[in-house]
Amino acid sequence: MKHATAITAAFVTLTAASSQVSAAGRDHIEIVGSSTVYPFATVVAETFGNKTKFKTPKIESTGSGGGFKLFCAGNGIKTPDITNASRRIKKSEFDKCAKNGVNSITEVQIGYDGIAIANAKEGPQFNLSLRDVFLALAKEVPGTEPGQLKPNPYKTWKDVNPALPAVKIEVLGPPPTSGTRDAFAELAMEGGCKTFGWIKDLKAASKKAKKAGDKDKAKALKQQYKGICHTVREDGAYIEAGENDNLIVQKLEKNPNALGIFGFSFLDQNGDKVKGAQVDGVEISFDNIADGKYPVSRPLFFYVKNDHVGKVPGIKEYIVEFTEEDTWGPDGYLTEKGLIPLGDEQRAQMAKDARALKPLKLGNE
Amino acid sequence: MSTISSKQKIEASLKKRYARERRFRLYGVVSISISSLFLMVLLFTIISKGLPAFQQTWINLDVTLSPALLGVDANADPEALFSAKYAKVIKASLKEMFPGVKGRKQKRALKNLVSNSAAWDLRDKVLENPKLIGTTQSFWFLAKDDIDVFMKGGIDRNLPESDRRIKDYQLEWIDKLIAEGRLEKRFNTTLFTAGDSREPEQAGMLGAIMGSFFTMLVTLLLSFPIGVAAAAYLEEFAPQNNRWVDFIEININNLAAVPSIVFGLLGLAVFINFFGVPRSTPLVGGLVLTLMTLPTIIIASRAAIKSVPPSIKEAAIGLGASRVQTLFHHTLPLAMPGILTGTIIGMAQALGETAPLLMIGMVAFVADVPGSIVDPATVMPVQVYLWSDSPERAFTERTSAAIMILLGFLVIMNSAAIWLRKKFERRW
Repeated sequence: MKHATAITAAFVTLTAASSQVSAAGRDHIEIVGSSTVYPFATVVAETFGNKTKFKTPKIESTGSGGGFKLFCAGNGIKTPDITNASRRIKKSEFDKCAKNGVNSITEVQIGYDGIAIANAKEGPQFNLSLRDVFLALAKEVPGTEPGQLKPNPYKTWKDVNPALPAVKIEVLGPPPTSGTRDAFAELAMEGGCKTFGWIKDLKAASKKAKKAGDKDKAKALKQQYKGICHTVREDGAYIEAGENDNLIVQKLEKNPNALGIFGFSFLDQNGDKVKGAQVDGVEISFDNIADGKYPVSRPLFFYVKNDHVGKVPGIKEYIVEFTEEDTWGPDGYLTEKGLIPLGDEQRAQMAKDARALKPLKLGNE
Repeated sequence: MSTISSKQKIEASLKKRYARERRFRLYGVVSISISSLFLMVLLFTIISKGLPAFQQTWINLDVTLSPALLGVDANADPEALFSAKYAKVIKASLKEMFPGVKGRKQKRALKNLVSNSAAWDLRDKVLENPKLIGTTQSFWFLAKDDIDVFMKGGIDRNLPESDRRIKDYQLEWIDKLIAEGRLEKRFNTTLFTAGDSREPEQAGMLGAIMGSFFTMLVTLLLSFPIGVAAAAYLEEFAPQNNRWVDFIEININNLAAVPSIVFGLLGLAVFINFFGVPRSTPLVGGLVLTLMTLPTIIIASRAAIKSVPPSIKEAAIGLGASRVQTLFHHTLPLAMPGILTGTIIGMAQALGETAPLLMIGMVAFVADVPGSIVDPATVMPVQVYLWSDSPERAFTERTSAAIMILLGFLVIMNSAAIWLRKKFERRW
C-alpha cells in the first residue's frame, strides 16, 4: 500500500510539474526542419545566444518534410516556432498549416546549397554531363527507340560515355529519406532525363491533359515521367551510405574509383581529401553556385510562425541576426560554413520582408 | 585376454578424452582472444583518435581596448558595455600584429586565427572590470579549430598549398606566433565545462552530461520503486498458477526484448501528445527510458528475491511477523545487492540509448546547459552522434573524446554494480 501511494504521488508531481511548464510558456525558441539548413541555423542560434541575453534556440534536425509536419500541427507553445527547409513549402503543406490555424507564415530564403559529386583526390578527374549521371544511375534507361525502356546495362563510366574513364560505376549517396537525395533526383537525374525528347514530351503531355481537364491522365503521365527520371538503380552501383556525409568522405578516401554525393560544405571542409567532379563542364565552386552556373544547386529557406512572435521571446531578434550582413552576406560567418549567399539586391529585399514578417501567400500553381 | 583389451580400450579412450578436453580449452582461449582483440582494436582507435581532443591551442594577443573602436567608454552602463563591439577590437589587434595583410580572403583568414568566442570572453572580462577600457592588456584566447588541428599535426604542411586548409600565409603567421611564444597547447577544460557548440573549439560535453544526469535521475526515481514493487508482488503475493499472473510474466519478459525505438514511439504518443509533457526534456526522456529499464529491473529483482532462502522467511513468519514485515525487514534487505546490480545494469543500458530519444526530440542542438528536468537537453550518446555528423575536421577527435567520456561513465557504473555485489553478497 505504501508503495502504491508513493508511486501515485510521484506521478502526480510529474504531471503537475509538466503542466506548470506548459502553462508558464516557453523562454527559448524551438526550431525544427531540414538537416541541410541545420549546420547554418545552429551557428546563427549560437551566435544569437551569445550576443543577446535570450536563451539559445533549440534546433532539431527532422528533415524538411518532418519539419513542416511538426510546424503545421497548430499554433501554441507545444509546436515549433520556426522550421528550416531545403525546398519551398508545398501547397499541400501550406493548406494543412492553414487548416490547423497556422495562417500567417513568413518565408525567408537564406541562400543556396550545392550538391557535390566528388571522388578521392588521387582518383581520376570526372567531367560529367547530367545525361551521364542519369544514364549511370537510373534503374531503367531509354532504349534505341523512343518510348522504349531497358534495365540499366552500364557497368563502367566508359559504357555510359566513351569520354569517361573505364572504371566501375560505384556511387555512394544518401538514402531516400534525405533531402539531399530528393534534390539530387530532381536536379541531376531529372536534368539528364529531360535531355531525351520523348521523356520530356511526357511531362508536356501531362500538362496538356491537365489543361484539358483530364486529371487522371495527367496524373498517370506525371507518375510515369517521375518514375523514369527519379528511380535510382538497385543493382549495387548506387550504394546508400546513410545520412552521415563524413562517412561518405571517409569511404571515398579508401576507394579512389567511387564517387560520392554530398553537400558542398563537406567538400569545402575536406578539400585535401576529395575533389568535386565538373558537371556540364562547370566546376563546383562558391562563385559558380552563387551565379547559378553549377546545375545541381538548390535554395534554402526557413519559415516563421508569425502568431508566436511576441509570445516566445526572441523570435524577431533571431530573424534580425539571421538577416544581418555579417551573418548571411558574402563576408558573413555563414559563408565560412559553406552557405552560398543570395545576390545583393535579393538579400536586401529578403531582409526587409523578413523583418517586417511579411506573410507568405501561395497562389494556385 | 579380455582384461587386457578392456585396459587398452580405456587407455585409448582416455587419450581421446584428454585430447577433446584440450581442444575445448583451446577453443575457449581462441574465442576469448578474438573478442579481446576486437575490443583492443576498438579501444585503440577511439583512444588514439580521441586523445588530441583533450588538448586545445590558445593564442595570446595584446588587445588595446580603445573606446573609439568599442563605441563605449568606461563609464557606460552595463547594457551598453554588453553590446559594445568587442570583435572589432580583436580584429584591430590582429591587424596590428600582422601588418600588410591584403585581400578579402587573407583578412578573413587573419580574423579566423582566434575563435569567435574571443569577443564574448573579452566582453565578460570588461563587464567584470569596466576600467580595462582604454588600456592595453594581454589576453589568452581560444584558437580557431583549423589552427588547433594544424598544431596537433592534423594538417601536413608539406602538402601542396591547394590541398591544405592552412595556406602558406597562415603558416607564416603561425610560425611567427610560435616564435614569440604566443601559441600554446593547454589541457582542454572547455570539453568539460561548456555546452554544445558548432565551433569545435568551444564545444563541450557538460550540457550532455547534465542532460544524462537529469534523465537518469528521473528514470531511477521511477523505475526503481515501481520495478521492485512489481517484482516483490509477483514473487511473494501473487496467486500461484493464475492465468493473469502468467500473462503478466510473459509480457514482462517480452518487453525486455522489444526494440527501444518502439518505446520512443510510445513516449511520443502517450507522454507528449496525450499528457503534454514538454518535448526534448529530461522529464520525457526519463519517462521513456523508465519503460525501457523496467523489465530489466523486474526480472533481476525477482531473481534476487527468489534466491533469498525460504527458511529465513519461514522463521520470520513463524515468529509472528506479517508477510509485509517479512518482506521489508528480511527479504528485501537480503535481496538488495542483486536488485541494485540489476538496477545499475539497467541504468547503464539506458545511459547508452539514443533510438527512443530520437522520437521525443532529444536529438537536438542544445547549447545551454540544462538546469532542471524541464529544460531542453540532450544526452551523451546523442552528443556523440551529433558531433560525428558535423563537417568540421576538429569534431572527429572530439567525437572520440566524447565516446571516451561516455565509456568512462559506463565503466564506473558497471564497477559499482560489481562492488555492490561483492560487498553485500551473502552466501548460505
